[in-house]
Amino acid sequence: MSRLQVVTAPARTHDAEELLRINAPLVTEWLVEFLRDEMIRRRGFHRAVVGLSGGVDSSVTAFLCARALGPENVWGVRMPYRTSSPESLEHAQMVIDQLGIHSRTIDITPAVDGYLQYEPDADGRRRGNVMARMRMIVLFDLSAALNALPVGTGNKTERLFGYFTWHADDSPPINPLGDLFKTQVWQLARYLGVPEVIVSKPASADLIVGQTDEDDLGISYHLADQILYFLLRGYRVEQIEEMGYPREKILLVKNRLESTHWKRHLPTTAMLSTTSINDYYLRPVDY
Amino acid sequence: MKIRVAVVQFKPRKGDVAHNLDRVAETLRQIVEENLPADVVVFPETILSGYFLEGGVRDAARTREQILQELSCRYQPFARAEPLDVVLGFYELWHGKYYNSALYLTLEQEPARCRILHTHRKFFLPTYGVFQEKRFVARGRTIEVFQTRFGAATVLICEDMWHSITGAIAALKGAEVFYVIAASPGRGFRGENVGNVMKWQTLLCNMAEEHGVWVVNASLVGFEGGKGFVGQSTIVNPFGQVVVSAPLMQEAIATATIDTEEIAIARANAPLLADLEAGLADLLIEMQEIAEEQHTRDRQ
Repeated sequence: MSRLQVVTAPARTHDAEELLRINAPLVTEWLVEFLRDEMIRRRGFHRAVVGLSGGVDSSVTAFLCARALGPENVWGVRMPYRTSSPESLEHAQMVIDQLGIHSRTIDITPAVDGYLQYEPDADGRRRGNVMARMRMIVLFDLSAALNALPVGTGNKTERLFGYFTWHADDSPPINPLGDLFKTQVWQLARYLGVPEVIVSKPASADLIVGQTDEDDLGISYHLADQILYFLLRGYRVEQIEEMGYPREKILLVKNRLESTHWKRHLPTTAMLSTTSINDYYLRPVDY
Repeated sequence: MKIRVAVVQFKPRKGDVAHNLDRVAETLRQIVEENLPADVVVFPETILSGYFLEGGVRDAARTREQILQELSCRYQPFARAEPLDVVLGFYELWHGKYYNSALYLTLEQEPARCRILHTHRKFFLPTYGVFQEKRFVARGRTIEVFQTRFGAATVLICEDMWHSITGAIAALKGAEVFYVIAASPGRGFRGENVGNVMKWQTLLCNMAEEHGVWVVNASLVGFEGGKGFVGQSTIVNPFGQVVVSAPLMQEAIATATIDTEEIAIARANAPLLADLEAGLADLLIEMQEIAEEQHTRDRQ
């Protein structure tokens, strides 16, 4: 007697890469419309200022802004510190040249060192935070000068990891990439035509010489994004472990996620009345 | 009977009811002046205010009489000889409570003849994920079918459509045309279209095919605080086939002439509604049992 063919569902992990796949042309169309809507229609700004680090997130943001507003309305701002990699500066210039957007280069070294001379013992983390906050001062000031809006570049993975400086990288009023995992930003970058050298280099905050995100975080973005995907959907550690992910990596991601909720919120306010803002008095951001 | 239907999708100005009534009127003017084929013009859920209002619902809510009066005033300068029916969504103040509602009204040249045919108050209020409706509006308690000059119709709002039982009730009560207004923020960008657009297309087609009814859907467009409404308003025939769709995200009007005679043909091919009617008494007992069991279990 002939046996019936057996079809077995593939293991969950085999699908994980597929689950993070995006339809890049559709996402582009959506984000271009988002930028036009939030900037022009809602706020009346026709110009954007983007801090260009030479990395993939800010490059993608600049590409999207150029599509949404026209390159003549986008300013790419390079803000090197004396320890920044020269390669970062070159890669930022490649984006400026390819898109034909305006550019400014502001060396933040005197401003950062001007403050740090009073805190000579500040460690790398503090120095990095000062640089990030200095860059925001520049972006907001230039946007005031240009009658433009600063556009954020943070991706979902770094937001979920709290891998950013609070009230610095996260402070621009609009952010097109904030709901895209890092690996999805890479997909979008390749579709948009961001130079491959930028997409394929190891991601780095470039606050310390030789630093890479993946070393800092202790996990690759490919693995982190897959684990985040399942954690955010409410899967328990044990269930994700059963899919074949290493337990220590799952716990690493979970701990970072759960210790940084505060970074994704506005400052905590003591509630004293029944008209407390954002507790009782609830109005959407665009109301 | 043939009904010329137009579905409209535009981005309302947040919380500005007067402005959005102006835009509804402008759209009607375009339809009249360009002589577009429209007996019934359908606008999306919360078209008069935008969807995500939170506590702003209390500012934007109006009574249905106010809406009728405001719209009939705006309609008069360009009113056409034949009546024009309008379906639209708005936040409603009714008997001291706020609702997410839909009006079906008829506009005429003579202001005194403008009238409300039906009000539907959203039955299923999504309160999960990005949605918070139960916090800000009360739930409607009925699913009604009403007579228009084109036959029996029903109006459903968004999540009402996600429960097959709602459509089943409307079909059993005799509705031949379902006007389904929605506000669906885009989520899911892996497939060939936005995830919830594909889900909506499936829902609309399944509902139309299961009951052999016309389904006329108007879906909101525009971004609200980063949440983008998808649009792609769609009209589906009683065989479950898409007749026309408006574009994704963009402001547009989509029109189609729908023929209620096709309902009998579809139902003869797939008499599911008749089967449902035949089994109704047994289903009712089953439902009663479930309700009683749940009630008893929750008492323990």
